[in-house]
Amino acid sequence: MKEIVVLSGKGGTGKTTMMGSLAVIVPDKIIADCDVDAADLHLLLEPEIKEKHDFVSGVEAEVIPDKCTGCGTCVELCKWEAITLDETAYVEPLDCEGCGVCAHFCPEEAIMLKDKHCGYWFKSETPYGPFVHAQLGIGEENSGKLVSLVKNKAKEWGEELGKKWVIVDGAPGIGCPVIASLSGAHAVLLITEPTPSGLHDMGRVLELTAHFKIPTFVCVNKWDLHPEGAKAIEDHCDKNNVAVIGHLPYDPCVVKAMVQGKPVVSLFADSPVSVAIKEVWQKLSSILS
Amino acid sequence: MKLAVASGKGGTGKTTVAVSLALCATGNVQYMDCDVEEPNGHLFLKPQITERITCKVTVPVINEEKCTYCGKCRDICRFNAITVFGKTIMAFPELCHACRGCFLVCDEKAIDEGEREVGVVEKGSAGSISFCHGKLRIGEAMSPPLIKAVKKHIIKDALVILDAPPGTTCPVIATVKDADYVILVTEPTPFGLNDLKLAVGVLRKLDIPFSVIINRHGIGDDRVERWCAEEGIDIKMKIPFDRKIAEGYAKAQPLVETRTDLRASFEQLLEEIRQ
Repeated sequence: MKEIVVLSGKGGTGKTTMMGSLAVIVPDKIIADCDVDAADLHLLLEPEIKEKHDFVSGVEAEVIPDKCTGCGTCVELCKWEAITLDETAYVEPLDCEGCGVCAHFCPEEAIMLKDKHCGYWFKSETPYGPFVHAQLGIGEENSGKLVSLVKNKAKEWGEELGKKWVIVDGAPGIGCPVIASLSGAHAVLLITEPTPSGLHDMGRVLELTAHFKIPTFVCVNKWDLHPEGAKAIEDHCDKNNVAVIGHLPYDPCVVKAMVQGKPVVSLFADSPVSVAIKEVWQKLSSILS
Repeated sequence: MKLAVASGKGGTGKTTVAVSLALCATGNVQYMDCDVEEPNGHLFLKPQITERITCKVTVPVINEEKCTYCGKCRDICRFNAITVFGKTIMAFPELCHACRGCFLVCDEKAIDEGEREVGVVEKGSAGSISFCHGKLRIGEAMSPPLIKAVKKHIIKDALVILDAPPGTTCPVIATVKDADYVILVTEPTPFGLNDLKLAVGVLRKLDIPFSVIINRHGIGDDRVERWCAEEGIDIKMKIPFDRKIAEGYAKAQPLVETRTDLRASFEQLLEEIRQ
């Protein structure tokens, strides 16, 4: 089983649009949405949820007011400035990192650590194949851990079913959820756009995937809106020995399909962008096979 | 006053709006890019950087001469950054959250203070705008410590425009937490709406006043507008979908220079928010 992670660096370059279409055209695959901060792929894939599981991760400190003497030891030790002291101490949940230092050193044992329920993860069936996805609670942390969980569950399930490919929708940026989505990946498909921000952010993702030694392939979305920008992206990729395997044209069908909640290749199979997406998959699958 | 620009979904136009607000504001203005994973504001404001400050967090370095392998450091660490088995101890600085629990719990004082570089804070100016951003080190997973380091440079009494990262988790919360007001930038598509709902959930939980700007108005449908009306959320501005704007963006031209006619709307928006 081979695993492909779709990334972008910059948000809104067309990552989920590409993923929705890959979900349709890649044969024999399992799909994972690892953009758990702002999961959107389910809007295109019509998942029918088969299993719903709790995501419990980390702990949160809570003061037991009856035991607290207001000595202030916890306030002093907390590196996150999450604890304030009135008559008794109070831990602000949004600032608590869950390190447990306050609970360990409280002389009165007046701080307990509660398991944190951070959201849910799901195993679903879609018209395009099995799909693992998640929902992070409002303002919750530990998205990196949820990403790892979603990915591992997708791999497990994919192996059970004897699938050939795992395709993963990654998060924007280069931080914790992206790094978590890269572990064990065979290839990255990087969707960018021909703008200075697209180029800049792609450059940082390329540095990251080089750091983790994961082969990376670039696809330029809406390249015809700014051909010089697309050229700058190609030059940057050439210099870094990265292959550009696709150019997607600007195509109003993309938004039309999104508004109808369908992958563009299924709704407008012969539109210019759909043809170009299919070519990207042909190239990528032949390189990886 | 601290005014944050956030979105939930990436690529909706946060930086476009934040840069426009900074360029249209009068008086003492600071633009602060808290999207430290992928900062873009500098591409449009083209600031002169005059100061670079490396941001580091404290991580454990084991002094095996003093270590008795008691395992207390391993037990207190909730992030698996230290393992002890038999007479072997290993620290994994990249997993460390810098809580200092291991330093505090070690009776033998066998843990020395090491450092892990998280990234760099850069400061400067773009015309009359004070500029500050952070750049996360490639391979570093934790952005909140760097975001907090960037925000240490907030200029008191200035109008501070905080450009937030996408998403709805810790990096966004670290950015908007103490803001006086947040502008959420979205686009009129189902993706835009889905992520707007998540972002609104976060801001309601944090109890920060906010309103919405719809970017690329005209490309999708009216579900964002209908939902905002149902929820009683104020839509402050609709930036039209315009090929000229996209071309300007592709040349790193700030929106209010491509479409000077929009300046008045941003000025008015700032006036309303200040009140």
